Amino acid sequence: MSGIEFILAGMLAAATPFLLAALGELVVERAGVLNLGLEGMMAFGAAIGFIVVYEGGGHFAAFVAAGFAGVGLALIFGGLAVGLRANQVAVGLAVGILGQGLSSLVGNSYESLTITGLPKLAFPGLSDLPVVGGLFVQDIIVWLSLIATALIWAMFRYSRLGLILRAIGENPAAARAIGYRVNALRLCAVMFGGAMAGFAGAYAATVYTPLWADGMIAGRGWIALALVVFGTWLTGRIFFGACLFGAVSLASLVAQTEGWAVPSQLLSSLPYIVAIVVLGIITSNKRLLKINGVASLGEPFGP
Amino acid sequence: MIRLVRRDRASRKLAVAAPLLALAAAILSNLILFVAMGKDPAAVFYALLLEPFMTWSGFSEVLLKTGPLLLIAQGLAIGFRAKVFNIGAEGQFILGAIFASAIPVYFPQATGGWIWPAMLIMGAIGGALWAVVPAFWRVRLNANEILVTLMMSLIAVQLLNYLLLGPWKDPMGFNFPQSVMFQYDAMIPILLPGTRVNVSLLLAFVAALLAWIYMQRSFGGYQFLVGGLAPNAATYAGFSQSRAIWLSLLIGGFAAGLAGAAEVAGPIGQLQRSISTGYGYAAIIVAYLGGLHPVGIVASSLLMAALYIGGDNAMVSADLPVAAVRVFQGSLLVCYLAAITFVRFRLVRTKGAPA
Repeated sequence: MSGIEFILAGMLAAATPFLLAALGELVVERAGVLNLGLEGMMAFGAAIGFIVVYEGGGHFAAFVAAGFAGVGLALIFGGLAVGLRANQVAVGLAVGILGQGLSSLVGNSYESLTITGLPKLAFPGLSDLPVVGGLFVQDIIVWLSLIATALIWAMFRYSRLGLILRAIGENPAAARAIGYRVNALRLCAVMFGGAMAGFAGAYAATVYTPLWADGMIAGRGWIALALVVFGTWLTGRIFFGACLFGAVSLASLVAQTEGWAVPSQLLSSLPYIVAIVVLGIITSNKRLLKINGVASLGEPFGP
Repeated sequence: MIRLVRRDRASRKLAVAAPLLALAAAILSNLILFVAMGKDPAAVFYALLLEPFMTWSGFSEVLLKTGPLLLIAQGLAIGFRAKVFNIGAEGQFILGAIFASAIPVYFPQATGGWIWPAMLIMGAIGGALWAVVPAFWRVRLNANEILVTLMMSLIAVQLLNYLLLGPWKDPMGFNFPQSVMFQYDAMIPILLPGTRVNVSLLLAFVAALLAWIYMQRSFGGYQFLVGGLAPNAATYAGFSQSRAIWLSLLIGGFAAGLAGAAEVAGPIGQLQRSISTGYGYAAIIVAYLGGLHPVGIVASSLLMAALYIGGDNAMVSADLPVAAVRVFQGSLLVCYLAAITFVRFRLVRTKGAPA
């Protein structure tokens, strides 16, 4: 299998943890809240998901439990950042540290254990194509994530809910004035983001690498946060960004098969280096941020 | 229906009580967690919070951990007050350790009293250099320093691994990922005889004093404060925001780098993977818990250091996983952030439309 084929076949699965977490964060940020606890929510969801599968609960229950784990942390975050109007940066970091601690704590006795992932499902016909065929052989969660991407895109583009979410992020005082319950809606968005982070963690720990290792989320939550900025808060661009990072994170595997003499540590840090560079390129374009950015992002709202 | 209403003026009593209330709430909620895990709560409580203070040798270990936490947190707090969120102290700490280690790694035979001070200076420069990227990205490219500093930390970990598995690996070290043991002159002199506490603790207290003078007594510190509280007013008054960003990140990196250097030239004595046990992240908690105030941070760094030592004790005596300490640290910050809300707000019962 050539390097290109390898990357095409593996890219979507590698992108899925980024994509799920970033889609959740997109909804949260569109509503005007910055959730820096994403990494911790993913880590906790990953541990809970792994434990459920290992103890024989199966993948469906694992994703549900991981979703609830994410929502639980999101409620703490939302209670403080939205309800008590605390500093969103500080609360996000605090909940992130808490989530990573909880992840290590509950996963403590499962270190290095393995489980079985999910089977790959081929898209009939398309999967036989040369070179790109691998793109169409994916597990069920990848297919569902693609559907989720389309749904969130359509929600922001066509639905009333998307419009309301954007309004409370853009101008909460005006949204309040026409009768929307800004903080209640923001809390719902935060819970959705927590659930998606939990799913993202569960995918990483029970499907993508079905093995438990403490700290396995390894910065994916932070990359997902950066992805929302790269995508300038637009669903389609976030999807392409997630694919890019999925491909970049496969670089070390490709280098091994192709026999490149590059230090593995350089390849492991490649996603972060790419993230820093792309972040600089996108954010230096202030017009782009001004058009698509969220006006009241990070500012608590109190009537 | 209960609503938050802003107080006419901040409650001073609550500002002092908030950290104590938070500590009490964190202790209570974690003890419940430990009981749920089937641990003996009394034994955990004793090992975690009392034992570190019971013996001189235990307390000296607390002081040993206080040094790096105090240094890093003082540096971070200056930036946090200016709303510059450097959360990459972990990476700046690692770079400080790497830069400092360069001297004994390349000159293992060198002797003389200049070596350890030179290592500290190198470390501080290394930490500050690692903060140049996020500062430049923020000032010139408008990129969020939170994400950039964090990613620089993840890169720093990989750089450390590369050095320890490659060029800097001790050839006589049985293939362990660690550098040579440093020579005697590369070690910081011991401050308190009979303990591992070295002169770098004094440096940390000097840093606390400097931070207090700068933040509470100087015009530069005032500019920082205004820049954080009222950016528009700061711009109107002609206080340069990019200067505040550069200074915040460089000071934060400098202090974290110094702490990293003091760790390899102090209790560890070589460059190895476990040089930082999350000091850079714990220092964020220390800075907030100390109310971002130089004096408060001295108290909170002692508390956090005691938690580290207490966590080790509890692992031995009460079979508590190390991760439990991280959960405790995280929940302490969560409780504190909840508690300080009530310094500026009060709860009021209202009738009528919900918010």
